[in-house]
Amino acid sequence: MADKSIIGADLGATTFPVERGKIREFANAILDDNPVYQGDDPVAPPTFTMTTAFWPRSSDTPLPDLGLNYARVLHGEQEFEYLKPLKPGDTLTGRTKISDVYEKEGKRGGTMKFIVSETSFTNQDGDTAIIARQVLVETSKAAS
Amino acid sequence: MERQETYFEDVQEGDGAPAWQLENVTRTHFVKYAGASGDFNPMHHDDTVATKVGYPSVFGHGMFTAGVLSHYVTDWVGVGNVRKFRVRFTGQVYPGDTLSFSGTVTKKYKEGDESRIDADLAVANQDGKVILSGSTTAALPSRG
Repeated sequence: MADKSIIGADLGATTFPVERGKIREFANAILDDNPVYQGDDPVAPPTFTMTTAFWPRSSDTPLPDLGLNYARVLHGEQEFEYLKPLKPGDTLTGRTKISDVYEKEGKRGGTMKFIVSETSFTNQDGDTAIIARQVLVETSKAAS
Repeated sequence: MERQETYFEDVQEGDGAPAWQLENVTRTHFVKYAGASGDFNPMHHDDTVATKVGYPSVFGHGMFTAGVLSHYVTDWVGVGNVRKFRVRFTGQVYPGDTLSFSGTVTKKYKEGDESRIDADLAVANQDGKVILSGSTTAALPSRG
C-alpha cells in the first residue's frame, strides 16, 4: 500500500543564484539557439529550475525515507506556474513538500505508486516566482 | 520552428502552432541534458544499466523532451510570455527516434490586463505514438 504518512512531509529547501552561464548552458541542452539566451540580459527558459532538482537540500526536520526503488521510478508529470520572470542576479529558494501519494493499476508497468510533490520558489524580494509540481511514478516492472 | 511574433489578435481557438520535428535523437542529446540539468540517472546514459532492468537501451530524460517542447513553445509565443507549462510523460524517447512537436490553441481570453491563450501540446515519435502530452498558458502581445 502507498504510505500516506509522508503526505505533507518537508523535503527541504535549496537556495541558488540564477546565473547567466547556466542559462546559456541549459538553453543549449534544450537545443534553443534563441539569441536572447546568449545576450547580456537573458531570462531563464521555462524549465530552468529543473537544474536545482539534484542540489543538496537542507531541512529543519529529518528528511523522510520515501521507500522508493529508484531503478523503477519514472517522471510521470511536471507542471510549472510562472509568477515572476527569472533573471541573472536573482536568488531563488525552492522549498519542496510531498502533496499526495496514491496507487493505481497501470498498463505500462503493473501496480504504480504516484508521489506528488510541490516546490515553491521564492525570490530575493520574498515573492513567489515559480510553483513547480512533480509526479514521480514507481512501477513494479520496467515500463514499455 | 522558426521564431515568430504571435499576436493575440491573429490567433483563433483551434489554430495550430507551426509543426516542427527533431530528427534522429542521439545519446549526445541526453548526455548534454544530463550535464546541464545535473540529472545523472544512469538510465539516460549507461546502456549496461538500462538493459539490465529491461529497457532496450538508454532513454531520454522526460525533462529533455519537455525542455525541447518548451523551446518549441517559446519560439511560438515568445520568451518570457509563458505563464503555465504542464507535461505528462506517456512513453520513452530512444536514440534514433524522430520527434514531432505540435500545439493547438484551445482558448483565448483576457486575464487581468493580459491577453492570454491556452494551448494543448503533444510530442509524438516516428510511429505516431504520443510520448508526451501537455498544455501551456501564454500571455501574447497585442497589435493595439
